[in-house]
Amino acid sequence: MASFPRRALAAVAGTVAAAATLVACSSTGASTASDSDTPYSAPDTNVSANLTYAVWDQTQVKAINANLAEFNKKYPNIKVNVDVTPYADYFTKLQTEASSDSLPDLFWMNGPNFQLYASNGKIEPITGEVKAGAIDPKNYPQSLDQLYTLDGVQYGVPKDFDTIGVWVNKALFAEAGVPIPSKDWTWADLQSTAAQISQKLASKGVYGISAGMDGQTTYYNTIFQSGGSVISPDGKTSTYDSPATQKGIQFWTDLVKSKAMPTIKQLTDTTGDQWFVSGKSAMYQGGSWARSEVAAAPIAKDVMVLPVPKGDQQATVIHGLSNVVAANSQNKQAAQALQVFLASKEAQQQQGDLGAVIPAYNGTQDAFAKSMPGVDLQLFLDEVSYAKPLPVSKNTAAWNTLETNLLPDAFDGTKPVDAVLKDLTSQMNADLAKE
Amino acid sequence: MSAVSADVSESAPAPAAPATRRKRRGVRRGDGLWPWAFVLPLLAGVLVFYIWPILQTAFYSFTTWGVFGGFKWSGLDNYSRLFTDPQLYRSLLNTVIYTAVVLLGVPIAAWLASLLNTPGLRFAQFYRVLFFLPYVAMPAAVALVWRMIFNGDYGILNWALSLFGIPGPSWVNTPGFALAAVSVVGLWSSLGFSMIVLGAGLKNIPPELYEAAELDGASRFRQFRSITLPLLAPSVFFVVVVTTIASFQLFDLLYALLGNHNAVLPKTMSLVYYFYNAGFVENDKGFAAAIAMVIFVLIGLVTLLQFRLQRRWAGNA
Repeated sequence: MASFPRRALAAVAGTVAAAATLVACSSTGASTASDSDTPYSAPDTNVSANLTYAVWDQTQVKAINANLAEFNKKYPNIKVNVDVTPYADYFTKLQTEASSDSLPDLFWMNGPNFQLYASNGKIEPITGEVKAGAIDPKNYPQSLDQLYTLDGVQYGVPKDFDTIGVWVNKALFAEAGVPIPSKDWTWADLQSTAAQISQKLASKGVYGISAGMDGQTTYYNTIFQSGGSVISPDGKTSTYDSPATQKGIQFWTDLVKSKAMPTIKQLTDTTGDQWFVSGKSAMYQGGSWARSEVAAAPIAKDVMVLPVPKGDQQATVIHGLSNVVAANSQNKQAAQALQVFLASKEAQQQQGDLGAVIPAYNGTQDAFAKSMPGVDLQLFLDEVSYAKPLPVSKNTAAWNTLETNLLPDAFDGTKPVDAVLKDLTSQMNADLAKE
Repeated sequence: MSAVSADVSESAPAPAAPATRRKRRGVRRGDGLWPWAFVLPLLAGVLVFYIWPILQTAFYSFTTWGVFGGFKWSGLDNYSRLFTDPQLYRSLLNTVIYTAVVLLGVPIAAWLASLLNTPGLRFAQFYRVLFFLPYVAMPAAVALVWRMIFNGDYGILNWALSLFGIPGPSWVNTPGFALAAVSVVGLWSSLGFSMIVLGAGLKNIPPELYEAAELDGASRFRQFRSITLPLLAPSVFFVVVVTTIASFQLFDLLYALLGNHNAVLPKTMSLVYYFYNAGFVENDKGFAAAIAMVIFVLIGLVTLLQFRLQRRWAGNA
């Protein structure tokens, strides 16, 4: 038995070591933002390089490979490894890589994380490419150019975008004998319709509406629709305690209260999209990206889509990913060449045609709009005109966690909405002050 | 485990036999660097991957970090913040409750192991594999399956409860029930490992002891108390220590079972989840290092306590 102490002690040591290594592998000193005036010129077509391109969505890899095949026609000697990491771990991994200055040459970036990487000089501005005329930001939705701009410097153009709509199961409407609302519907229409369906189909366990209960697909939309906001324009203070914002949150509390929607617990166990595709909710407020899931579901033939309803004003959340180049890439010129190619009309058209996403380049979205015959997907594109970008700051993740932890109490009526929002505002402000 | 070998019959804590009493030779000056050369490969690994990171973490726990590195000294700031954060105590309590529930699995495992040890039991090997499978299955996969079982609307557990007229809760997102759900899964998945170790311990108890005891007219209970318990004590001790340490590190199961968008997390998170949240979600690495140090010290203390206790009740076996 004498060997136990040593073995056990080793295990003890191992405990923290594992945790510690994670912390310890960060290098010191954030590199300063690289000179944003570095000129860009397309590399020689025979340049050879090995690039890593990090992404998180496996379903888009097919379209990416098609893009890369085209790219390699021009640059046969640039080898690109596509590195897929599931979203749940993607940014944890990326952050560790950024700390040790070993970021992939080119990688997907999203709005919530962008300012963090840009403000710490981890990613390369596209100023040079824009000056050289290789990329023209005017070709993409302006709200998304804005999303990837920090202090007047742009670091990427969108590769795709998504907006939010309400997916409708016509068969359940018919079963409940409730007329389908028109495209110019309002909050009141949505609430009464959903409540009626829940009531009429209660015996079958069918609800009027379900939603993801996250900001992007759910409450940011209603907050914008009631004229509210989440964060001040300078990104320094929370505006969750404003009356308009409270109204946007209250919208969902009312839906839960009237049983028009499953409870928050039910929606955590079985997510909003699952309720919808399994025919247990008649409406689902979700992103344009739900299209592939909906189209593959048994209910697909009964599906149509409506724009998000109008509150005090018309609004929806727009978000899109961007390809960004690591500031310390060893093959920066080659990586930028790929970035330029992926931003081109040709590449984005190909992405759209293969049905992966809604490409961001203006005029390449036709394929998406027609991808579900009989379903008016065009409305997701029309929504761009009044869409507002996803609210972000430098450390978005910190207050996103607060939203996830605190808001459910407001939605399911455990605590008064104003009390929850007051609490959320002060905690969020504390986080923002640290940025 | 082989220490509990057959010759244990002659008075248990076999005092170092004369043959092994040969004087152990310590390192002498004349040996030069040779002894170090032999331990170096092992030592290097321990130093680089265990000791050095611990020292670094200890140092970083006194600093405040930028998101991508770059730190400044902040003294005891992290610790004063940590010890006034109610979340620390909540996470600690959750971890202790979880550990306690999982430790309940040790007697259960001992009982199952003795059942499997029944002479002439058919398919014993098969049962053993059956119980061991959850231990080798990936926690993420295990959690996915349990998530379906625990589903409030469509889960099989609530369906079974409904047969008795009991309305089941939404297990993984109701405070209290969520921790219970995680603990039960933790117990279930640790059962196999404990069973194998305890089973091996049982096998090592020579059957002659029981025969002799029977001849002396010892009752079943007396046999259990005077033979099984003391001779199994080292195995039990090992299992308890290892299970405790593993339970204190609860993370993956919790993360996968509850998901990271679950509102019960603040009320349910474990110490390591608290660490993860601070370090990788809130990007507060110095603070996370302070949490890691607290976990380190706690596990050290608990293990120390266990060794003390071992000397008490297993030492005189």
